[in-house]
Amino acid sequence: MEFFRIKQDIPFMRHALKFNIISFATFLIAVFFLVTKGLHLSVEFTGGTLIEVNYEQTADLEKVRGALGKAGFTDFQAQNFGSSRDVLIRLPLRDAQDSAKQGEQVMAALDADAPGATARRVEYVGPQVGKELAENGAMALLVVVLGIMIYLAFRFEWRFSVSAIIANLHDVIIILGFFAAFQWEFSLSVLAATLAVLGYSVNESVVVFDRVRETFRKVRGLSTPQVLDHAITSTISRTIITHASTQVMVLSMLIFGGETLHYFSLALTIGICFGIYSSVLVASPLVMWLGVSREQFIKPQKAIEGANADGAVV
Amino acid sequence: MNRYPLWKYIIVVVSLVLGFIYTLPNFYGESPAVQVSSAKATLKIDESTRVRVEEILKSAGIAHNGIQLDAVGVKARFATEDIQLQAKDVLEKTFNPDASDPQYVVALNLLSASPRWLTALGALPMYLGLDLRGGVHFLLQVDMQGALTKRLDSTAADLRIQLRDKKVRHAGISRDKDTIVIKFNDAEARDKARAVISDLQRELSLTQADLTLTATLTPQSRKEIQEAALKQNIATLGNRVNELGVAEPVIQQQGADRIVVQLPGIQDVAEAKKMIGRTATLEVRMVDESAAASGVTTGADVFPHRDRDGNVTQVAVKKQVVLTGDRFTKASSTFDQNHQPAVSVELDAAGGRIMRDVTRENLKKRMAIVLFDRGRGEAISVATIQGEFSSQFQITGAFSARETNDLAILIRAGSLAAPMEIIEERTIGPSLGAESINKGFHSTLWGFIAIALFMIVYYQMFGVVSALALSANLLLLIALLSLLQATLTLPGIAAIALTLGMAIDANVLINERIREELRAGMPPQGAISEGYERAFGTILDSNITTLIAGLALLIFGSGPVRGFAVVHCLGILTSIYSSVFISRALINLIYGRQKKLTKIAIGQIWKPGLTATPIDGK
Repeated sequence: MEFFRIKQDIPFMRHALKFNIISFATFLIAVFFLVTKGLHLSVEFTGGTLIEVNYEQTADLEKVRGALGKAGFTDFQAQNFGSSRDVLIRLPLRDAQDSAKQGEQVMAALDADAPGATARRVEYVGPQVGKELAENGAMALLVVVLGIMIYLAFRFEWRFSVSAIIANLHDVIIILGFFAAFQWEFSLSVLAATLAVLGYSVNESVVVFDRVRETFRKVRGLSTPQVLDHAITSTISRTIITHASTQVMVLSMLIFGGETLHYFSLALTIGICFGIYSSVLVASPLVMWLGVSREQFIKPQKAIEGANADGAVV
Repeated sequence: MNRYPLWKYIIVVVSLVLGFIYTLPNFYGESPAVQVSSAKATLKIDESTRVRVEEILKSAGIAHNGIQLDAVGVKARFATEDIQLQAKDVLEKTFNPDASDPQYVVALNLLSASPRWLTALGALPMYLGLDLRGGVHFLLQVDMQGALTKRLDSTAADLRIQLRDKKVRHAGISRDKDTIVIKFNDAEARDKARAVISDLQRELSLTQADLTLTATLTPQSRKEIQEAALKQNIATLGNRVNELGVAEPVIQQQGADRIVVQLPGIQDVAEAKKMIGRTATLEVRMVDESAAASGVTTGADVFPHRDRDGNVTQVAVKKQVVLTGDRFTKASSTFDQNHQPAVSVELDAAGGRIMRDVTRENLKKRMAIVLFDRGRGEAISVATIQGEFSSQFQITGAFSARETNDLAILIRAGSLAAPMEIIEERTIGPSLGAESINKGFHSTLWGFIAIALFMIVYYQMFGVVSALALSANLLLLIALLSLLQATLTLPGIAAIALTLGMAIDANVLINERIREELRAGMPPQGAISEGYERAFGTILDSNITTLIAGLALLIFGSGPVRGFAVVHCLGILTSIYSSVFISRALINLIYGRQKKLTKIAIGQIWKPGLTATPIDGK
């Protein structure tokens, strides 16, 4: 079986400008949502209390809300979680002394006015923790970006490293944009997924860049766009099969993983879809605009006497 | 060209066998068990406890599947949960006849049901995180400023006494935030005081302005105070958690000023919180010798005292309190001048003065240190006063080093060194945990099956090899997680699934490369070899970038993110190994020996002549 029967190199680079305009537009839309709507951060970041309760029968949300209101809670949210029998209650931070006891107070209130609930999960996060998590998240992102840039600059060329990072940061912003636009809950595991996507879709650029370097070294007389077209075309079947495989796994998590893994796999799905697009069709034009050329890859071969004739191989 | 030397095959086989052995315990599941451990630091669990458990079970007619003794305590396995509960009741009744004063922790536990030879090899099932097994998690912030303030307050009190002793007149000592300010009426007194303080209080650094001395704690001593406070709080928490009857509690330092407490299986958060916030107090009192002689204990308090042989005797002590626990500044195990283990105790200056007076008047009499916890007193040490002493003294006796260590902890356990606040709390019900495992397992299973099927259909024999390599990857990853006993959480399971989804990339790269070489007209053997060689550089590059992201998550992540990152990083390592090395070994085994290989099963190769040639007129 062979899905991809491509007769000649697809002239991707002829449309480079269009691709870049499309990405820039999506990027702007994502930023727009991030700025106007902002992320719906989970309790882990904002601090507060999260209580998941389970009822034997379908939970009466109105009754639950009524019970909590009667007990003096004001700024809370109660919604179904996963099934109609499970209810998730979110409470914002109050002053520290009081907050740690909220879990018990909520359960007492429910026992009184909406009986039959059993607590499945109670999470309380104090104000100190949330701020730290946000800072650590930002640090992690920074380290990933710098680490990957340095590695790629060392293994390839600074032009590749810059374009790969721009392309993939644009993925991250788009994931965040989706979460802002739909007000999906942005939790720690979504953050983990986002950073994993960053590492993962850089792969994609690496595979294409590897081919670009190899083609530059092996075939003479090609213009830069032609080399890029060839590199993308000859790796496209691998790109699509690999991403499809990863997506199958993520889809499996989306279907079977339940509510807890829902947003995690959703972030991965967006990341994978945009990852293909951006690392191939955004990173490559960027490399071209940055002025990559054959000379940059031929020189080192002359400099190192007796190096492996095929520079593409480690 | 496509042959591996024997040693490479041996490596593959050995790694797979090891992977299999260490994965095995996860299939056996766990069997219900009851664990008996000590609730008091003075009480040791040894072989005799094991024998006792055995006899109790025998006389109650309860069948068990083995009793073992380890560092934690005695563990007995049972066939069913019903028997486990029965056994727990019986053991609880016999070991703790007085329910209000438990001497032992009798807790329900789950033990790996794998055969003994596996356990002997150190092969244990994966260690499940709280989100998968249920329980309570607390993150406590230790108020370090509180610890420092407490210390400065007591130092200020000490200074007053010390200056008075040395007959240095001052015009007031007060604590102002992080400093102690001492005022004087004349320069002479100030200089004298300066000399006295720098001689007696090494932990203070002094600055002077006019007729005032300002003392601050040196950075070194600040650090020491904070470390000691944290250690003491951890030790105190440990003692208290013991009494909750939790089989495998985790009490760990996190960062500079935080403590994580994890209590698997506990559902009663209120009780757990009460336990954490409880304060124990320590008192020094004189033994009532007349009551001890006459046996009439009216007018005296009687406390149990467990001596070194484990015998409990009743000690009558006077009602008058000599010292309370807050006068103790240090307690550590040490060795006396005869190189015998001893406990070295330090009191603050006020405590030292009292102690000096008391010891002078009560030579050769006995003094008891009584620990009050949950409103019950226990004499943790009864010692004869051998000489007059003040703020520094040693408790000696026929102690072993371990006993002095325990006694020191008990003395320190009298109070929390610094106040603590719960800054994060998580309670996970047991049913939720089981459900999460189930969901994670199914996600991985179905995703795996789908990918394996696709690979086999699309790449035929090479697809079968890829699927086998992917299974080897899963096997090695689980073996590694079991071996390292890394905590597996739900995000960790998600990472297993994701890593498998990403790992197939390497095999796709290789297979596509081989097809490409074949398309370019290379003979099969050459194509296999070239395909693997060429793909390897790419695989390495792409995995290293992923690894960079994984490591950053590991370093900066906490909680669920870290659980994800650990598995993700390990998964990247196993996937490089299995997708390149193991799959190559299999391919070599299948095709490598055929000299005239004309066709390989890698699916249909379609040849349009895709080459990179300059297009004219462009």
